[in-house]
Amino acid sequence: MEGITVLVDKCVGCKLCIKTCPYDAIDLVDKKAVINDRCTLCGACVEACHAYGAIVIEGWEPVQTGDLSIYTGIAVYVEHRHGKLVPIVPEIIGAALELKEQLEGQVKEQSGGDTPVAALLIGSGGSGLAQELIEYGVDEVWLVDHPDIHELAEDTISDVAVQIISEKKPAIVLGGGTVIGRSLLPSIASRLRTGLTADCTELTIDAESGLLRQTRPAFGGNIMATILCENSRPQMATVRHKVMNPAPRRPGREGTVVTFDVPVQPSRFEMLEFVAEEASAVNLADAEFIVSGGRGLGEPANFRYVEELAKALGGAVGASRAAVDAGWIQYSHQVGQTGRTVKPQIYVACGISGAIQHQVGMKSADVIIAINNDPDAPIFSIAHYGVQGDLFEVIPELVRQLKETA
Amino acid sequence: MNIVVCIKQVPGSTEIQINPTTNTLIREGVEAIINPFDLYAVEEGLRLKERYGGDVTVLSMGPPHVESALREALSYGVDEAVMVSDRAFAGADTLATAVTLAAAIQHIGEPDIVLMGRQAIDGDTGQVGPSTAEKLGVAHITEVKKIETVTDGVATIQRMLEDGYARIAVRLPLLITVVKEINEPRPASFKGKLRAKKAEIRTLSLQDLGLTPESVGLTGSPTRVMKIFSPPKPTGGKVFNGDAHTAVAALISELKKAGLALKQPSGD
Ligand SMILES: Cc1cc2nc3c(=O)[nH]c(=O)nc-3n(C[C@H](O)[C@H](O)[C@H](O)COP(=O)(O)OP(=O)(O)OC[C@H]3O[C@@H](n4cnc5c(N)ncnc54)[C@H](O)[C@@H]3O)c2cc1C
Ligand SMILES: Nc1ncnc2c1ncn2[C@@H]1O[C@H](COP(=O)(O)O)[C@@H](O)[C@H]1O
Repeated sequence: MEGITVLVDKCVGCKLCIKTCPYDAIDLVDKKAVINDRCTLCGACVEACHAYGAIVIEGWEPVQTGDLSIYTGIAVYVEHRHGKLVPIVPEIIGAALELKEQLEGQVKEQSGGDTPVAALLIGSGGSGLAQELIEYGVDEVWLVDHPDIHELAEDTISDVAVQIISEKKPAIVLGGGTVIGRSLLPSIASRLRTGLTADCTELTIDAESGLLRQTRPAFGGNIMATILCENSRPQMATVRHKVMNPAPRRPGREGTVVTFDVPVQPSRFEMLEFVAEEASAVNLADAEFIVSGGRGLGEPANFRYVEELAKALGGAVGASRAAVDAGWIQYSHQVGQTGRTVKPQIYVACGISGAIQHQVGMKSADVIIAINNDPDAPIFSIAHYGVQGDLFEVIPELVRQLKETA
Repeated sequence: MNIVVCIKQVPGSTEIQINPTTNTLIREGVEAIINPFDLYAVEEGLRLKERYGGDVTVLSMGPPHVESALREALSYGVDEAVMVSDRAFAGADTLATAVTLAAAIQHIGEPDIVLMGRQAIDGDTGQVGPSTAEKLGVAHITEVKKIETVTDGVATIQRMLEDGYARIAVRLPLLITVVKEINEPRPASFKGKLRAKKAEIRTLSLQDLGLTPESVGLTGSPTRVMKIFSPPKPTGGKVFNGDAHTAVAALISELKKAGLALKQPSGD
């Protein structure tokens, strides 16, 4: 296999790389590792072999996009819906401000030492949101306010964003790991021919190189990867919902609004209608109290137990995939890898085993309470509190005692 | 209608863990499968063909081993399968993958609709779809839960958002990524399986696509994985058992001790 080499004299035939390879791309031939053509050059084996250093990947020398030092500062893409900032915006600004601090702490490497944080605000009537962004801590708002830009006209927005980013040359561009963010940012990055890391849970500045270290879960949350974008700019990332600390709002804070007058291409999309989810499906992503039900409920009608507890807590109803797949409740309630990521104050899991794919969607809740009759259910290993027992007894009892204490 | 579906072959389980002492990935007998979301994309391609006529081509970039994924897609009834395979493609990140897939799609012909999965379960990025659309210069819509109609070259589409869904009309060509709600994939038919065994699979190499080695694979990838590690291990908390009354009382008193109100303060 080209690009990857096994240094035969260093290979001791320990098979660690074989166990590690997620793609079954290494065989043992005459007690030495041999890479086969399933290899994707993912690098997992290089890590596995760090003790012996017998596997090396070469040839990673992408073309530099010119002088990288002209890129400075951080830009945050601002998503707004129904005329309001989406809840993730203060979280992204919070992350940007922390990066700014880290970058400015390493002034030695930087020419000016100043790292402005800008908000990229594109839309029609968006100028009303500029002051709010400044109060959350951005230094500048880069504004395009044009009557023809619909909130969901991603092609137009991407086009405008590319023009501004090309002109302003920020070193880092961050966006939200929302439906729109995860659609818009890849199209912007693709046009700028730069890297983009999806759904990051941690962003820091590498002390030595000053590069953005982008950490994210992969393989359904089973492993974490830290990713760099060394040779192209800007370094781009989307940020996972409810992971970063939101920037506090300081009313009256002052900043600059820079208005851009760039050509606005008409959108290829015609918005016919927006259909809001019916009232009972509270926006899970923003709920502070969530009660979720899983296969342990046994049948659809038993979701009323979960609903009753949710009502007693004043919270929203979530579900595991097993419950959704069984048709007991709508997909929009599903929490997990293929559903929603939530971060409520309190998450109550009822009759949910806590498979890793469910965990990735809810484990950053402030407090997790599990109700399950199986003491070995994995949910108990991440729950802060648990009740081991039959949910059909525990939930009504909990509702009763909550009413008493109220 | 020309329909192209991009499928990715992924490890059949995400239950990959890291050995805490050696800090290496442990892979336990995983076999390769078609990325689950891509099966819905294949099914939607077949349904569009049934409704509006045309051809469905599946495309997969990867090592020669992806042939098995392509044969599986053939067994569901797609018309043609194309393997995009060359050592130069290895190590591609989402941008380099998009560059390669876009070149392959253009090589096959002018598509009306390109279908992809919402995300691949190994990388979990969901970036390849939008990024490929840009390289093709076509519009894209992610998280599509329904294609209502395609008439006179205009598709009407339902796209999921956090707080509901949007109905959008857009002129073809178009790239969409689908969520699993869009349909219920059919099982392979006996006839399909027979055909899948014999069908010829076209292979496209770097040279066929007219791409330079620098623009694809590891060298064409702006991002680089510097480190992989396991997420911190959870420790577990206090578990109460016994009869429901006592256990719940113990839970509530414990929550009170921790200063936690098990109730939305502003609630009713
Ligand atoms: C690619 C992929 C993506 C996935 N994405 C998601 C996702 O987004 N979200 C998700 O949730 N899952 C997801 N899954 C599925 C996940 O692996 C699990 O299968 C699923 O979460 C299990 O749901 P469950 O806990 O409700 O069911 P089970 O695992 O069957 O657990 C039911 C639990 O209820 C308990 N129980 C039964 N009766 C009672 C009772 N009377 N009282 C108390 N407890 C009781 C049982 O002890 C058991 O622990 C995904 C899987 C894959 C492969
Ligand atoms: N190597 C590949 N070959 C074909 N299609 C791919 C490949 N990688 C990704 N895709 C498509 O892009 C979608 C999103 O993948 P990802 O961006 O990797 O999460 C998948 O569901 C596939 O439809």
